[in-house]
Amino acid sequence: MSISESPAPDQTPIETTATTTATADASNAPGGMTFEERRHARNLGISYVVLAGVTALFLTRHEGTATFNLDGGRSFGLPAQGLGWFVAAALAVTAGIQLWRGYGKYTNVVLAMASILVFMSFLSWAAAGRSFSFIGMLASAVTFSTPLIFGACAGIMCERSGVVNIAIEGLLLSGAFTSALVGSIAASWPGLGDSSGFWVGVLAAMIASALLAWLLAWLAIRFKVDQVIVGFFINFFVLGLTSFLSSRVLTENPDYNDTPTLGAWKIPLLERIPILGQILFQQTVFVYSAMLLVVVFTWFLFRSKWGLRTRAVGEHPRAADTLGINVLRLRYRNVILAGAIAGFGGSWWTATIGRFNENITNGRGFIALAVVIVGRWHPVGAISAALLFGLFDSVADKLSLLNTGLPSEFIKMTPYLMTIVVVAGFVGRSRGPKAAGQPYESQ
Amino acid sequence: MELELRGITKRFPGVVANDDVNLRVRGGEVLALVGENGAGKSTLMNVLYGLYKADEGEILIDGVPQHFTSPRDAIAAGIGMVHQHFMLVPVFTVAENVVMGVEPTAFGGIKLDIATARAQVRSISEQYGMHLDPDAKIEDLPVGLQQRVEIIKVLFRDAEIVVFDEPTAVLTPQEIEDFFVIVETLKADGKGIVFITHKLREALRIADRIEVLRRGKTVGEADPTTVKDTELAEMMVGRPVDLVVAKEVREPGPTVLDVRDLTVREPGGRALVDHVSFQVHAGEIVGIAGVQGNGQTELVDALVGLRRIAEGRVALQGTDITEADPRDMHRHGVAHIPEDRQREGIVKDFDVTENLALTAYYTAPLSSGVSIDWGSAREEAARLVDQFDIRTPSVTTPVGTLSGGNQQKVIVARELSRELKLAIACQPTRGIDVGSIEYIHERIVALRDAGVAVLVVSTELDEVMALADRVLVMYRGTIVADLQRASTDHNEVGLYMAGAKESAA
Repeated sequence: MSISESPAPDQTPIETTATTTATADASNAPGGMTFEERRHARNLGISYVVLAGVTALFLTRHEGTATFNLDGGRSFGLPAQGLGWFVAAALAVTAGIQLWRGYGKYTNVVLAMASILVFMSFLSWAAAGRSFSFIGMLASAVTFSTPLIFGACAGIMCERSGVVNIAIEGLLLSGAFTSALVGSIAASWPGLGDSSGFWVGVLAAMIASALLAWLLAWLAIRFKVDQVIVGFFINFFVLGLTSFLSSRVLTENPDYNDTPTLGAWKIPLLERIPILGQILFQQTVFVYSAMLLVVVFTWFLFRSKWGLRTRAVGEHPRAADTLGINVLRLRYRNVILAGAIAGFGGSWWTATIGRFNENITNGRGFIALAVVIVGRWHPVGAISAALLFGLFDSVADKLSLLNTGLPSEFIKMTPYLMTIVVVAGFVGRSRGPKAAGQPYESQ
Repeated sequence: MELELRGITKRFPGVVANDDVNLRVRGGEVLALVGENGAGKSTLMNVLYGLYKADEGEILIDGVPQHFTSPRDAIAAGIGMVHQHFMLVPVFTVAENVVMGVEPTAFGGIKLDIATARAQVRSISEQYGMHLDPDAKIEDLPVGLQQRVEIIKVLFRDAEIVVFDEPTAVLTPQEIEDFFVIVETLKADGKGIVFITHKLREALRIADRIEVLRRGKTVGEADPTTVKDTELAEMMVGRPVDLVVAKEVREPGPTVLDVRDLTVREPGGRALVDHVSFQVHAGEIVGIAGVQGNGQTELVDALVGLRRIAEGRVALQGTDITEADPRDMHRHGVAHIPEDRQREGIVKDFDVTENLALTAYYTAPLSSGVSIDWGSAREEAARLVDQFDIRTPSVTTPVGTLSGGNQQKVIVARELSRELKLAIACQPTRGIDVGSIEYIHERIVALRDAGVAVLVVSTELDEVMALADRVLVMYRGTIVADLQRASTDHNEVGLYMAGAKESAA
C-alpha cells in the first residue's frame, strides 16, 4: 500500500523555514522567517524552558533506580534523579539553541526526541525504586488505542463526505451497550457457544450504532439541523438511555450483562519477534481488525471510485452534484457505514471487560475526534495519533498502580489534559475537508 | 445535433424570469445569448441543464422533446455546461476532476483506474490544443487553465452542445483570445456552442448569431456581421444607450492620497500587496486595472483601514493615515464603495433609511449623542432617494428587496453625499443594469469635476478605460504599469494585466 495523497497539503513550519532560510542570508536566518514562523519558533523555545524547569523542579525528587522490564526476563534500569537532572540540562541547552537560531528542518525531530526524554524521565520518577513493565505499558497502549482508531475512522469517513459527526462518543457507547446485552443473551441460547454469541452481540452493536448514525444523517442532511447540535443530542440521548437501561435491566438481570472476554489471539511466528511481538502480535482480534481497517479504508479513500466521490462531496459538493453524483445519498451511506464501524469499535469494551458499565466509554469518542484532527483526516495519521493517545491512557493506567503520591483524580485527568496539549499544538496546522459541517442544498 | 428551446416560461414568486423564450442552436455554430444582468439568461440555462423545471414550454433535441429533471439527464442528452463559477475540487488533480461521476474503473468497478483517466484526459487535451497536465492540482492552476479543465469535463461526457455562462468574466484579455481559439476548434469539430455574455464586443467577435434577451423575453436576433454595438445595446436595454462616458480633460490638482511602499501580508507572511507606491491627485480619476486576485482587494482594504498595513505609509493631504480605522477614514472625508455589495456595502435586512444612516448615525444631526433621531434620518433618506434616483417603494423598504442597481445606488448615496477629499470605488457597477451603470459613472465623473480625488478599482477593463484619467495595473501584488489614459489602449493594459509586459512603472 502506498499513499500518494496527503490529506492536508498545507505547508508545515519545517518546510517553510527550510525554503526561506535557503534564500535568505545564512547569518540572519531568523530575519528570513515570516512573523508566524518566528513566533512559532519562539514559543517552542519558551516551551523547552518551561519543560526544563518543571523537570528540574519535580522529576529530580525521587531517588533510586527505576527498573523497566522487557520481555523474556530482560530489563534495564534508569536512575531517576540522575536522569531528571540530565534531561533538565539537555532541555535547557535545546531551549537555548532553539531560541538562538532554531533547528531548521530538524525542528520536529528535536521536539520528538525532547518529548521522549521527558517521558522517560517522568516514568523513572514515577517508578523510582520499583520495577515496571515497559513492554506491558506499550502493549496496553496499543490495546487502548483500538477504540480510538475505530472512532476516528468513523469520524474521518463522515467528515470526508462533509458531515461533522461529534456523536462518535454516543455511537461507541451504544455499541458497547448493545454488544454486552445482545452478546450475553445470545451466548445463553442453546446451540450458540460463548464465542458465536459474542459475535452476534457485535453484529447487533453495529446495527444499533448504524441506526443511530442514520438518525444523525436524517436530521443533519434531510432537515439540515446543525450537525453539532444533533451530535450533542445523540451523545446525551445514548448516555441517558444506556444508563437507564443499565440500572433497570442489566443490574436486575446480571445474566444479561455477562459476556465472555475475548482472549489474545497470538499470531504464529510474528509473536516471537523480540519486543514488537509482544506489543503488536499478542493482541485480540479487535486490534488486528483496527489495523486492517486502516489499511482497507486508506486504499478505498484514495484509490477507489467511492473514495474519489466521497472526498469530492466533502470538499465541493456542488461540483459533484453538477456531475450527476448524488450528494445526499452518498452522505447518508457513509454516515451509516461510519456508525457501523463505531458500533464495532464500541464492542471493544465488552470484549475487554466482559460487561457494560454506565458511561463506560468515558469520553473516548471525544478523544477520537481529537485523533481525527491530529491525524489530519487521514486513516494512517489517525492510527499514529490514536497510538499516542492510547499511550497516555496506558500510562495513566499504570501510574494508578505505582503509588506515586499523585492524587488519583489527577492521574485520571492526564489523558484528557494531554489531548488538549497535543491538539492545541496542531490547531491551525491541520486543514479539514472544506464542506464539512455544511448542509448541502441542491439548486 | 440541434437543440431547440420552445416557449420556455419560468415563474418565481412575483417575477416571470423567462417569458415564452425561443432559442435554437445547431452543431457547428456559435450562438451568443446576450442580455443585461437579471434579464433571465441564467434562469434559462438552469432550465436547460435540468436544475429548474420550466412552468411551460419544451426542450427538443433533434425535434424530440426532452424531460430533464437533473443535470444528469442533460449530460446524458449531450448538453454540457461550463459554469461561471467553476465546479472544480481544488485539492483534486485535473484527471480526478474530469472523470468524477463517470470514472473508468478496474476490479469490477471498485478501483479507480487513474491511469486510463489520465490517458483519456491527455488525449482530449491534445485534440483541442489545450496543453493541460492531467496530474496538476487544480489549486495550482491559473484561472484560464481551470476553465479548460471545465471544458474537458464537458467533452469527456461527449457533449454535443456546450453552454458557456459568462466565460470571459474571470479571464485576462490574452486568456480570452486563447479561449476564443478553443471555441473555434470546438465549432470546427461540429459542436454547438451557446455563449452567454453581457459583453457586446465579445459576442460580436465570436458569434455566428446573437440572440438578445430582455426582461425574460427574447427580443430579437442579430447578425454579428451587420449589427452595430450601439444597436445591440439598445436592443438589450430597450432604449438608446450611450456607451461612452462623457468627460472632459481636466488638469489634476495637488496630491490628495500618497501611498508609499505599502505592503500587506497574509497571516503566513506572504506579501499580497508588495511595496506599492502611487499618488492620486485632486480632480483626477485613477483606475486600477488587473485580473481578480492580484492584490486589489487587499490594497483597498488596507487603504480604508480594514486590513493591517505591514509596511509602508499612507498619507491623505499630508496627514498620516497609515494606522487609521474605517471610522477615522470616514471622518477624514474618504468614501468607500466596497467591491462586495451584499456582504460589505449594505445590511440586507435593514431598510433604506437605516442603510443610509450607517456611516453617520452617531453624529449630529442624526444623533443627539444618546439616541438616534429616526425622524430626521428618514427625512434625510427621502432627500437622498430623490437626489440619487433610488427606485424604492419607500424609505422603510428593506434594501435586500431592491434590485442590484438600486442597492448600489443606496451605497453610492450614503458614501458620496457629503464633503469628500477622496473616493475609493471598487467594482462600482458589478452586476447591475445599464441604466444604473450610466448613472454611477456620471456621478464618479461629477465627483472628479468637483475636485475630489477618485480611485476606481475594477476588473472590468472597459470600465477602467472609460473612467480613468490615469491607469495603474496590478499584477501579483505590485503595480506593474502607470499609464496616462490618453496614451494607452486596451491591448497594452491587457498585456500588463497578464504579466506579459515588464514593468514600466
